[in-house]
Amino acid sequence: MIRLAALLMLLALPAKAEEIVLGLSRDEVAITATFEGSEILIFGAIKRDAPAPDDEDLGVIVTVAGPDEPVTVRKKDRRLGIWVNTQSVDVDVAPTFYAVATNRPLAEILTFTEDLNTRISTQRAIRSVGATIENAESFTRALIRIRAGQGLYQTLPTGVLVEEETLFRTLIPLPANLTEGDYKAEIYLTRGRQIVDLYTTVIPVKKVGLERWLYNLAHDNPFLYGLMSLSIAIAAGWGASAVFTMLRR
Amino acid sequence: MQIYLPIAEVSVNAFLLLGLGGIVGILSGMFGVGGGFLMTPLLFFIGIPPAVAVATEANQIVASSFSGVLAHLKRKTVDLKMGTVLLVGGLFGSGLGIILFNYLKALGQVELLVQLCYVVFLGMIGTLMFVESLKAIRKANKAGGSPVPTRRKHNWVHNLPLKMKFRVSGLYISVIPPLLVGVSVGVLAAIMGVGGGFIMVPAMIYLLGMPTKVVVGTSLFQIIFVTAFTTMLHATTNYTVDVVLAVLLLVGGVVGAQIGTRIGVKMKAEQLRIWLAIMVLAVCGKLAFDLLITPAELYSLGAGGGH
Repeated sequence: MIRLAALLMLLALPAKAEEIVLGLSRDEVAITATFEGSEILIFGAIKRDAPAPDDEDLGVIVTVAGPDEPVTVRKKDRRLGIWVNTQSVDVDVAPTFYAVATNRPLAEILTFTEDLNTRISTQRAIRSVGATIENAESFTRALIRIRAGQGLYQTLPTGVLVEEETLFRTLIPLPANLTEGDYKAEIYLTRGRQIVDLYTTVIPVKKVGLERWLYNLAHDNPFLYGLMSLSIAIAAGWGASAVFTMLRR
Repeated sequence: MQIYLPIAEVSVNAFLLLGLGGIVGILSGMFGVGGGFLMTPLLFFIGIPPAVAVATEANQIVASSFSGVLAHLKRKTVDLKMGTVLLVGGLFGSGLGIILFNYLKALGQVELLVQLCYVVFLGMIGTLMFVESLKAIRKANKAGGSPVPTRRKHNWVHNLPLKMKFRVSGLYISVIPPLLVGVSVGVLAAIMGVGGGFIMVPAMIYLLGMPTKVVVGTSLFQIIFVTAFTTMLHATTNYTVDVVLAVLLLVGGVVGAQIGTRIGVKMKAEQLRIWLAIMVLAVCGKLAFDLLITPAELYSLGAGGGH
């Protein structure tokens, strides 16, 4: 809602002084059997009617967000000498993948209020409204830390290259453990730490070929899928036995 | 070579999986255990989501057990009658176990319960087997290397009604103890997400008094059906069986099981038991250690609850 409101505000602005023109290295990411991770090149140009204002700094922010999912973060504590999960926080919305690339550190090109409204920084992209226990902040920090360790959450403070105040490009690495879904790429243009333009596009990430077929079968026809898995197991077991018997002769 | 698993949604090294499957397969063939109690924690360790690891492991055990049982059938070391009795108990027990599992899940802390179950059972069985096999080896050495077949002691097991003749095992006992063994193994198997061979094998040797050579084949025979049942349950309710992962594991596994069975036949029964005991104790020690030391990351992520 807030994002939408921000978008509407932007649209309501009179003729924009600066506008984003975008290109993508690929329209979609296909997950094949040998998928080892990938990368997306996001590049573009800034179109303007008048010469670039030189009194305020230009900021380019690129975010790529995977599908949102709820997550439970659990914390262990020592009880009777052993480590046990004692506390948990349900995070209502956490993107399965989130990357923020900027041409300069985020705080230098975006005000705190703008960040609150648009939820650009990773901390803001995660929402846990239902958390009632104290120190819930440490749980969301742990979520970011764990996912960052898996390459799923990335902050690239100098990831966007801007040339001549007009051309920009960034390379977002995608790890191998990607979740399927529509990935939303957003490009923000800021002047004097205020957003002046926003461009949104969707990059579908999906399994293809055998991966697609197996995934669909497992969900649409689980009984058949189970039987297939068992038959493969029995056949492999029998096959190995037969091969070894032949080898012994 | 990296390969993307469609259900687990992670990318892993195919050769690593083949190797893991092979090693666990060898152990499986040697000792008549499905290998699930080793493989499942190993799969967690390489980053497969636990739900997928448990479900897929069940499917893989079907393959390695089937391969192993064929080798044992040729040597006539499978007591089909005993296996069927155990199986009846086992299916009933795993149904019961899944109900219990879901109840405990609702209470939370199911993960801890599973770990404690592993530590307690592996610890008990491992110690028991280790001490017993050491004694047996000493006795065999005293007798000048030729073990004297001692008549099995009569205990309460032999005084129960509904007696049945198990020709292959050379037993004439009541069906009640095997049924009970089947049920309790089934319950534990469902809770711990394994075939249950590592509990079944000692129970057959020490409780039912079956000869070790027959125990392995019979255990494998029973495991095939219990794990097949579990696989179907997981596939139809949780959609967590990853067939690509299963294929990679079982290619290594079935080959390993064939090699393992041949090693097992060449080894003495006491030696076989002492090695199984050491392995069981090692896994137990590792799990206990993990519960006691301060974890590197105090926080963990789970699928969102309450939505």
